[in-house]
Formats: sequence, C-alpha cells, structure tokens
Amino acid sequence: MWNFPLFPDRASTLASSVDILFFTWLALAGVVSLAVAVLIVFFSIKYRAGSAASRVMAPQRVRTRRNHLIEAAWIFIPVAVFFTMFAWAASLYYEHSTPPADAMNVYVVGKQWMWKIEHAGGQREIDELHVPAGRPVHLVMTSQDVIHDFSMPVFRIKQDVLPGRYTTLWFTATKTGDYHLFCSQYCGTDHARMIGHVVIMAPAAFEAWLARGNAAETMAARGAARFRQYGCSGCHGADASVHAPHLEGVYGRPVQLEGGGSVIADERYLHDSVMLPRKEIVAGYAPIMPSFQGQIAEEDLVDIVEYIKSLKSAPDGTVR
Amino acid sequence: MPPVADAVVLSRQFDDAEQQRSAADLGIWIFLATEILFFGVLFAAYAIMRIRYPEAFAVASRLTSVSLGSINTGVLLTSSLTMALAVRATKLGARKASIALLSATLALGIVFLAIKGTEYYLDYRDHLVPALNFSHPGPQAGQVEIFFYMYFFMTGVHSLHMIAGICLVGVMIAMAARRAFSTAYYTPVELSGMYWHLVDVVWIFLYPLLYLVSRS
Amino acid sequence: MTTAAMPVPRPYLDAGFSLWSWLSSVDHKRIAILYAVSITLFFFIGGAAATVIRMELITPAGDLVSAETYNKLFTMHGVIMVWFFLIPSIPSTLGNFLVPLMIGARDLAFPRLNLASWYLYILGGLFTVGALIAGGVDTGWTFYTPFSTMFSNTHVIAAAAGVFIVGFSSILTGLNFIVTIHKMRAPGMTWFRLPLFIWSMYASSIIFVLATPVLAMTLFLIAIERFFGVGVFDPALGGDPLLFQHLFWFYSHPAVYVMILPAMGVASEIITCFARKAVFAYRSMAFAVLAIAVVGFLVWGHHMFVSGQSIYAGTVFSILTFIVAIPSAIKVFNWTATLYKGRISFHAPMLYTLGFIGLFTIGGMTGLFLASLALDMHLHDTYFVVAHFHYIMVGGAVMAFLGGIHFWWPKITGRMYSDSWARFAAILVFFGFNLTFFPQFILGYLGMPRRYHEYPPEFQVLNVLSSAGASILAIGYLLPLCYLFWSLRYGARAGPNPWRAKGLEWQTSSPPPTENFGATPVVTEAPYAYADAAGG
Repeated sequence: MWNFPLFPDRASTLASSVDILFFTWLALAGVVSLAVAVLIVFFSIKYRAGSAASRVMAPQRVRTRRNHLIEAAWIFIPVAVFFTMFAWAASLYYEHSTPPADAMNVYVVGKQWMWKIEHAGGQREIDELHVPAGRPVHLVMTSQDVIHDFSMPVFRIKQDVLPGRYTTLWFTATKTGDYHLFCSQYCGTDHARMIGHVVIMAPAAFEAWLARGNAAETMAARGAARFRQYGCSGCHGADASVHAPHLEGVYGRPVQLEGGGSVIADERYLHDSVMLPRKEIVAGYAPIMPSFQGQIAEEDLVDIVEYIKSLKSAPDGTVR
Repeated sequence: MPPVADAVVLSRQFDDAEQQRSAADLGIWIFLATEILFFGVLFAAYAIMRIRYPEAFAVASRLTSVSLGSINTGVLLTSSLTMALAVRATKLGARKASIALLSATLALGIVFLAIKGTEYYLDYRDHLVPALNFSHPGPQAGQVEIFFYMYFFMTGVHSLHMIAGICLVGVMIAMAARRAFSTAYYTPVELSGMYWHLVDVVWIFLYPLLYLVSRS
Repeated sequence: MTTAAMPVPRPYLDAGFSLWSWLSSVDHKRIAILYAVSITLFFFIGGAAATVIRMELITPAGDLVSAETYNKLFTMHGVIMVWFFLIPSIPSTLGNFLVPLMIGARDLAFPRLNLASWYLYILGGLFTVGALIAGGVDTGWTFYTPFSTMFSNTHVIAAAAGVFIVGFSSILTGLNFIVTIHKMRAPGMTWFRLPLFIWSMYASSIIFVLATPVLAMTLFLIAIERFFGVGVFDPALGGDPLLFQHLFWFYSHPAVYVMILPAMGVASEIITCFARKAVFAYRSMAFAVLAIAVVGFLVWGHHMFVSGQSIYAGTVFSILTFIVAIPSAIKVFNWTATLYKGRISFHAPMLYTLGFIGLFTIGGMTGLFLASLALDMHLHDTYFVVAHFHYIMVGGAVMAFLGGIHFWWPKITGRMYSDSWARFAAILVFFGFNLTFFPQFILGYLGMPRRYHEYPPEFQVLNVLSSAGASILAIGYLLPLCYLFWSLRYGARAGPNPWRAKGLEWQTSSPPPTENFGATPVVTEAPYAYADAAGG
C-alpha cells in the first residue's frame, strides 16, 4: 500500500511535452506562492505592532512614482509570463489537433456504462483498447445515450463523446503496458465503473492479437451488409433510379454544397449525412434523403461509415 | 403648479422625494435589464437553431398564423400608445383620462391574450403542439418540432409576462380610482409603463423571428 | 460629524423580541441575521454530504453507500454549497448588514424587497430540501443534458425549481445594492471614498443582475424539456446538448466571481485595519474588482475545452481566462504591499485573511494550469479541478467569510468573543484545509476522475490523507459555532469601535440602532486614513 504513485507513467509522444508544461507551471506557481507567503511572513514579523522597525515613508511624490513603477512591474511581468504560457499551451494543443494521415482508425461507442471499441478489421472489444506501440491511432468516437468522456491519463488526453456526433482523439503510444481507461464525464449511476484498460503491445504482438481476434468479418464487410439492410443501395447504388450522390471515392475529398461552399467528406460528414441529411445538401441534388435518426444505432453506423470509406472509384463506376 | 407635498409618501430610508423617485427609476431600469437577459437566453437558443436549420425553420414559420400575429402586433403597439398617454395623463393630474387610458391598455392586453389563445387552439387543431400532438410529414419533422417548441416556449413566457403586466395595470387603475396619484407622485404608473413597454419590445422582436421567416 | 440633541436610540436587536418581529422586519440588519442563520443551516447540510463523501473515499471500494446514493450526495453537496451557502454568504449576511452602514444610509433602497429576497431564498431552499427528502437528485450540480433531461430518474425538476427560485433572491439583492450604492451615499461619500467592500458588493451585484437571469431561463428550459420529453437539447430532433453547457456556464462562471469578489472586499477591510495602514493602491483595487466582474463574463468556455467545442473557440476562451487572472494577481500583490511598514496585529480576523491570501494565490495559479489548453486535456474533470475550485471557494471565500464574521461580530452583536479560541480555530481550518485538498492536486494529475465513489487501489493513500484533513477541517468549522454563540450570552460587551477601525460602520454604537446613525454622517476624509503609520 505504501508503494503508491505520485506521478503517472508516460506512454505517448505527447506525454512528455505536457509534463514539461506542467512542471514549468509548477515552478512558476511555486515561486509566486512562495514569494507571497515569504513576504507575508517576513512583513508580519518585521512590522508587527510594537516592533522597532522603521515605518518612516518616503515623501509622497517619491512614493507615488515608485509605487507606479512597482505596480507596472507586477502587471506587465505577469502579462508577459501569462501570454507566453498561453501561446506555448495553445501551440502544443494545435500541433496535436490534427492526426497524421496514416493513423490507424479505431471506433469507440460509449454507452451507459461501458465502452464498445471496434477495430477496422472488425475486432471488437469491451472496456479494453488494444493498440500497437509506435503507430498513430485515431479514435472516432460517439455516444449512444448521454455525454461520456474517453480518458487515458498515461497519454495525457481525453475527449467528451457526444450522442448524435463524432468527436475524435489521436495518439502515438510509446511504451508497452496495461494502463487505465476512465470515463471522465459524469454519466449516471455506474460512471465510476465505466473504466477499463488501454493495452499497448509491441507491433508484432498487436498483429497477432488482431489475427486472433473475434472478427468474423471486417467492419467494412459488416457495413456493406447494413448498407443493403437499410436500403441505402436503393438510392445510392449504381443502378438506382433515384438521383442520389455516388459514394465511391467520396471519403476524404471535398464535396460541393448547395448554396456555395464545400466540406471535406470525413467521418463526421458521413455520419451527419445519414442522421441529419438536410444539414449539408450536395450541390445539384434535391433534399429528399430521409433521416435515419433513431433507426440506425451508432455502433452500426460506424460500420457503414467504414464501408463507405472503403469504396474506391471503380473504372466502370459500379460500387464494389 | 406648486407640488402637493403631502401627496408624496416618503419612505423612512430616503432623505427626500427626489431621492426616492430617482432610486425607483434606477431600480426599474435594472429590473428591465434582467428581463432582457432572461429573454436573451431564448433568443440565443432560437438563433442557434435557426442558423443550423434555415430551411426547416422557414417551412415551420409558414405554418404560423401570420395574420393573427400581425393583428396582435398592432394591438400591442396600440396598447403601448395608450399606456404612454396614461402615464402622461397621470403626471398632469388628469385622473379620469388616466383611468380611461389605463383601462384601454388593460383591454388591449386582454385582447392580445385572447388572440394568442386562439392561435394556440389553431395550432393544436393543426397538430403543431410538441409533446401533445405534434406530427409533420417529411424528413425535417424533428427540426420543425424544435421550431414549434421554441415558438410555444417564447410566446408562452411572453404571455406570462403579459398576464403580470395586465394585473399590474389593474392595480394601477384601482390606485388611480382611490386618488393615490397626483402631479407630485405618479411613480408606480411610470414604472408600470416602463414594464409594459419592455413586454411590447420583446414582442416586436418575437414577431418577425417567429412569423416572418422567409415570408418576403 | 454633525450632531443634534437626540434621545439615545434603541439598538436594533431590542426592537422586538418575538419571532414575528424578526420574520416581518424590513430592517436590513435583522434580515442579515435571518440570512446568517439560514446559510449556516445549509452549510452544515452541505457539509454533512461532504462528510459522507470523504468517508466513502477512504477505501477504494464503493462500500459505504451505493453508487446512486453517492451520486446524490455529491449533487446535493454542490447544489447546496453553491447556491444556498457560497453565493448568498457574504453578500446577503455581511453585505446586507454593512452596505447601508458603510455608506451612511438608514437602510437599503428597497427594504421590503430585501425581506422578499430572504423569503424567496427560503422558498427555494424548501424546494431543494424537498427534492433531497423525496429521494435526491443525481445529475451533479451542473445538470448536464441529455442526462438531466432524458435519463436521470431523480427529482430534477424539483431541484431545478429550487435553484430557479433562489436565483430571484440573488437578483433582487443585487438590484437593491446597486440602487443603494448609487443613490443613498451620505454627503461627502464620493465614489473614491467608498470602502473597498462596497466596491466588491457593487461588482458582485452587477453579476447577480446580469448573469442570474440566464441561469433561471436555462433551468426552465431543462425542466420543460424533461417534463414534456421534447426540447432543444435533444440530439434525436437535431437539438444540441452542448448548447446547455454554453448557457449554463455563461451564468456559472460569473457566479464563481460572485463567490470570490465579496471575499476580496472583506479581505481588504480586514487587512487595512490590522496593518493600521491604507490599502496599497486603492484605485487599482477598485478597478480590479470591476475588471474581474466584466471579463468574468467572457471566459465561460474554459469549462468546455474537451466538450466538443471548436478549437478556435477554445483558444479565445483560454486567452481571456489568462487576462482575467491579471486583476486578481494585482490584488494579491497589493494586499501584500499593504503590510509593508504597517503595524500588524494578529487577531483572528487577520489570521483568516492572511490564510485567505495564501490559499487564494495557490487556487488562482492552479486555475492557470487549467486555462492552458494542452494541459487541460489531461486535467479536465479530474481531482485537480476539484482541488483548484475548493482552494478558491473554501480556502478563499469561506475563510474570508469567517474572517468577516469575526471582524464585524462585535458590531453586529455588541459582544466580543474569545480571541484565543478564534485564533486556534483559524489555524486548525488552515491546516485541515491544506491536508484535505492538496493531495487532490496529485490525485488529479494521476488521472483520478471526479465524481467517482470507487477508484483504483493505488489512489488510496492520497484519499486517506484528504479524508483525514476533512475531519480536522470539520472541527475547525464547528468551533466558531461554539464560542461565537457562547459570546452572545457571556462575551464582554463591545464598544462602538473595538478594533479602532476606519469606516462609517464603526462610528455608531455596537450594536447599531435601527436607523443606524443618530444623525446623517458627513464624510470628509479619504478611505482608510489610518494615522498610526508614520509618514504622509
């Protein structure tokens, strides 16, 4: 029991940068707090009632000028320090906001009170996230009910997961091990039990784990089945009579919108096109697509999104 | 005209009538500021939803009764006129005129609520009341329902304020009948007038936002 | 001071001894005492919830109470402490008592509205305690959607109604203070002769008046959405649960400044008296509280950095949060400078105030850790946040409140309490507080989330330290209850100015007469014109 940690492990490329920022703040806060405390104690002792210290003040004119200089110093020095720290933290945050293009996608669906995780190859896990070390992992996350938060302290990251929306997180794990996964947004009765493990494996071990996995089929294959099951191919298929946008090769490319403007067709766009089809209407198409809100569960929709992502433009234009 | 000194009831915390009147004036302005923040939340929520779903909100707005809404706007604007005239009459000591004008304001307020009630009934008949009997064909039903949710919420809160205003005007009529006001003391009527004008101004913003989306 | 031949006026405490004379009084001093009794009651209810929470957290397993009960406990702890203790504490007790006295007035501008404020507070309290007795609420004091609107099975609407009602109590108090300070200052009491406590009451009142209506309407929105099952926060219809967070925090961030600005006002009054020296840079102090109040309206999104809001919004909120820290820093430095070449004595109010300055500094600086975007990704919703806000609200606001109660006790009651016991209690509170909350910073960086009744075993030792500190803190809070009440009967009678302080409230008897002053005072000198310190 006495062997308890005071500081978390570092297991991501981001962790040491965040820790340096933290230690710098610790030093600054420590210095300032200590300075204030020492001055208070020092003044309290030296200028206690009845002590012999001189209370003679400089003439008013001199004092006023000196006080203004002192005030200017303790306004502008903090301002400079604060802006520096702000800029440092913000730039670290920005740097980390865009995942690398070759990141491996993993889908996360939070629900009261468990995490359902699905790898692109169809491997599913509950309350556990297996990842390889040294390779960027991009989490695409949503919730089936209330707001949760996917939190991994050893990576120094967390992100709220919302119903009806995708949020994302990415990291590159650096050292193998088994670490905490927490839900960090209060979500009801068993919020404290919505915890699990992030298992970081060496790349070879991870590939072996994937191969052993319980995937009968990949997410994209499952998504293809759902695509037919929910009637999507009825409008978006090659031989459909309805004028609907073709989906081959759509992922990752810009889409022109009705009324001007364009948007990149990422996971969020694909998700919202199914759930809120009136939100972004493709230029040249009528707004006739029905919403599937309440009909398709989020964990099925991630399969469909993976399927659409897998559709490459075939030479003859048919959907593969 | 020399002030009628004993017509002013000076509360013990004030030094003179001017301080008392001035305090009441600042007080009502602050209260009106709180009301603006109060309604502001609803306007903000409405604005965000409208920016997100412009088409659904346009469809929904066309389902409101714009003729009744427009009549109501005229009714309220007229009531603000009668209220302003009532305050002026009270200041000038014209007791009968002030009671008549206050009564006209009260009557117009009741007319407003009656027309609003009729609109609500028509909306109920047309299946536009969320949670009660809302139904709308088409893929935008959810967002049209959100429009009507905001419509009922905002006009409902506004109507509650109208009811409070009508009660207030009723009290003013009773006080005027009892000769409580004079050229030296008319503060309650003045404050009631300001409240009434605020409720009118809120409506003037509600009306185009709810009734006139893409009706040009 | 003008004098006139007047009969010796009766102290306000003697103007009626029946319960009804208290419950129907429009005297701001009596209303202040009504508030003092009520907020003390709520403090101990909220404290009881905290006691069970800390007892549960002694062991990693959730074995003392069920998960549901724990969730209800931290919700009620937050709801009661925020809205029924912290927000009204200084303004409605010390503020109500002192504002007219400090500016030389006979009462507030609207005494009956003042009494109505108290009744609204009690009505709101009844709804909230009613929700508690009927089984509690488990949404957290933050009521996040869609959990509060569509998933919780507890008495959300009753609790929301209670907070809605008590909000109007705050609004009316704020309105009353603003009008009073503008219109009822004694002759010669110009704006820059006002005590800094009045400046902080003024700034807090601006927040009361502008922010609280937003909370009221937001709570109304979730109550209606929950009742009817339809609303703007429901993603199934295309609504936005994040909209709730924006509306909620638009109020709740300024609300935390409402909790600290009055404390800062108290600190300024006490430190100047016990250092026998004018506060350093009076005008900077006055402008600083106004700046905090105004900029405090612009930073709400720092509660939402990982909520899904855009990173550009996050950047704006982050920089504004750094900016709002600057006036607070100025105040800390100015208080410290006030001690320089003073003649310092260490009565209990001063000990509480010196403790306040230190703990507020730590709390404030840790806020900057959280304002740093990249760091907040790690620290959001962990115990680091819990420690941060308790340093400010408990180490800051509660200590200043206790300091203020001890400073003005002789004025309010006409009695002196035992300074030895009071100093002991102050020291106990300081140490108990640090032992309770410092380990939580470490727990937070380790990643322990908030609102967990069970936790991984390696977090136990730090939790045990925290709970041990809480038990010491509890004793520290119970002690004043004992010796202050004892003083009411057995304490030495206080003269008009036992601390030899400057300020109009000390120019009248202790306790003051109902009309506060025999004759309206006239102010001719600058504030805090302590002649004790040598030099011009």
